[in-house]
Amino acid sequence: MKCLVTGGNVKVLGKAVHSLSRIGDELYLEPLEDGLSLRTVNSSRSAYACFLFAPLFFQQYQAATSGQEALRCKILMKSFLAVFRSLATVEKTVEKCCISLNGRSSCLVVQLHCKYGVRKTHNLSFQDCESLQAVFDPALCPHVLRAPARVLGEAVLPFPPALAEVTLGIGCGRRVILRSYQEEEADSTVKAMVTEMSIGEEDFQQLQAQEGVAITFCLKEFRGLLSFAESANLSLSVHFDAPGRTCHLPRPAIFAVKDSLLDGHFVLATLSESDLHSPALCSPELHRLAPPLQAHSTPHLDDFASDDIDSYMIAMETTADSKGSRAVPSIPLSPGLRPPCSPGPFSEDHEAEPSTEPGTPPPKKFRSLFFGSILAPVHSPPGPSPVLAEDSEGEG
Amino acid sequence: MKFRAKIVDAACLNHFTRVSAMIAKLAKTCTLRISPEKLNFVLSDRVASGGVSMWCELEQENFFSEFQMEGISAENNAIYLDLTAENLSRALKTAQNARALKIKLTNKHFPCLTVSIELLSVSSSSRVVTHDIPVKVIPRKLWKDLQEPTIPDSDVSIYLPVLKTMKSIVEKMKNISNHLIMEANLSGELNLKIETELVCITTHFKDLGNPPPASEDTSQERPPEQMAEVHVDIRKLLQFLAGQQVNPTRAVCRQLKGSHTFHRGAGRLSARPPWSGAQDGPGAHLTGTENYLVSNKIVHFDLLHEDVSLQYFIPALS
Repeated sequence: MKCLVTGGNVKVLGKAVHSLSRIGDELYLEPLEDGLSLRTVNSSRSAYACFLFAPLFFQQYQAATSGQEALRCKILMKSFLAVFRSLATVEKTVEKCCISLNGRSSCLVVQLHCKYGVRKTHNLSFQDCESLQAVFDPALCPHVLRAPARVLGEAVLPFPPALAEVTLGIGCGRRVILRSYQEEEADSTVKAMVTEMSIGEEDFQQLQAQEGVAITFCLKEFRGLLSFAESANLSLSVHFDAPGRTCHLPRPAIFAVKDSLLDGHFVLATLSESDLHSPALCSPELHRLAPPLQAHSTPHLDDFASDDIDSYMIAMETTADSKGSRAVPSIPLSPGLRPPCSPGPFSEDHEAEPSTEPGTPPPKKFRSLFFGSILAPVHSPPGPSPVLAEDSEGEG
Repeated sequence: MKFRAKIVDAACLNHFTRVSAMIAKLAKTCTLRISPEKLNFVLSDRVASGGVSMWCELEQENFFSEFQMEGISAENNAIYLDLTAENLSRALKTAQNARALKIKLTNKHFPCLTVSIELLSVSSSSRVVTHDIPVKVIPRKLWKDLQEPTIPDSDVSIYLPVLKTMKSIVEKMKNISNHLIMEANLSGELNLKIETELVCITTHFKDLGNPPPASEDTSQERPPEQMAEVHVDIRKLLQFLAGQQVNPTRAVCRQLKGSHTFHRGAGRLSARPPWSGAQDGPGAHLTGTENYLVSNKIVHFDLLHEDVSLQYFIPALS
């Protein structure tokens, strides 16, 4: 693999890495035909972030040397971040950045060509890894809101940097409300200050949600994408599905930025607000493609091109661990902002799905879910499917 | 009990924000006293605050365009609220570009001071930020500990140098010793001194000036060059100085001949300053319980920030 980034795009790449570093400790780097993807997930699997840089983002982009398979690698986030540590310096001095990986070497080489003939070479050791992908589809979420990053940046300004979670919802008069979320502690004598920000509908480019819907997510993780979007002057869209009384499996919220050269998605778990007795945390379901998940012997492992993507995604989306039961906020949102009873469009399917079914993705087959394309298999499945250990993540 | 107030003027809002930021630096939790004419931030010298006490006063009409309050009764027309100073400061800091700011006492599952800010927005739509600051209403029977201090006679009172300069000096001295000696005389000289086994460092300030004496007799007896000294914990002094972001219009320091009556009853040691309550005067004795009358000095800082007065008391080290 060889990618060459030049000019202002070096800083954009650096900013993306900074954003990703807010989420996870390991960076999954994968050159695809569609572009270079950088992904990460946090340790509790409650946040997943991914940036995809299109080939046009690079002055030169070569996903794989001919004849060789594309390499995937996992690097320590700290190491990769160190290359772009000071964005101000990167902006001022770096003219070109070359990222290369060849099968023979054991290092990912990041070379910065700087002013005055200075060349900085970073040899980052990596591990081979499986492809990291979360199963999600913004199109499945019934509620969307989209605004320039600046508006959302101003919206989160009143909240203290230390605040962990925030509730986003639609209030009376179709105003978008952001409110600090405090987990209720039974024995706390010192109550925390509650801050609420209310923004009019006019500030949003798109607002497709009814009054009363609300989700609660981690603000700190969201700030990672927000700062990227602000620096790149992009619009940020939020796709979500608020849990209702009948649909007790809350979906993760999807935060997305997009322009012609890149795509960014942050998928964050949301808290369930509807049911006091089974507080559930819905995490993005993650799959490692190798080793393959145990098929409860589905015979048709070979060809998934014909499979209905939609049913796959629902099947895969399960609630993750219910460990760390989060208390439901007892302070209701202002009247007119109540979690709705109306479930999302797929909730019935949701209920029908056997929640323990692993929902096997095609083994060793590469699936790029947010682009809805299924790429050619990297490895052909080995004969009759061996019974392999099930990937136990996400099952709590 | 009711309270609602509104600020529409940007300068008033900034000033009020600065006052709350200063209070947040001086005390973690404090009492907000609301009365028809004034707002006070009070810190009574609890053991928790290390004996430090504070009385900050501002005239409400200098800040608020609207101000309505109703105390707990007609005779006791005041409201005393305990709150975390940092919350108020943080809430006000979000009002940078506000069109209007409203504060009111509300009850949202628990008593709150709700700060509601209408922000100026580039687009036509308005943006509203609301902060609910949890407060504790202080019952009437505890009000007597939170009254305005009466200032006993002082040995020496002197105008202070630029506080920023004083702060940077005291900051450096803190690295060497926690025990600071303040000496002042009636010739406008102030010394800050620390002494250890190895080293003794003194900073001399001259020509500071002395405020006119409160009462005739005390000052005339005292020779102008004679230094009055008091020992204080340097960290308490530093906390006070750190709270002063802007140099005050006027700053006076007095060494007070205070006395703390330590009142021990039911196994609890509490210190009541001589001025809490109208009845007690310096050196008051209480019968029926053990009393330790300790004659101890107090350093009194009397500052004026434009139209906000701040009095800060640091007890001397015994």
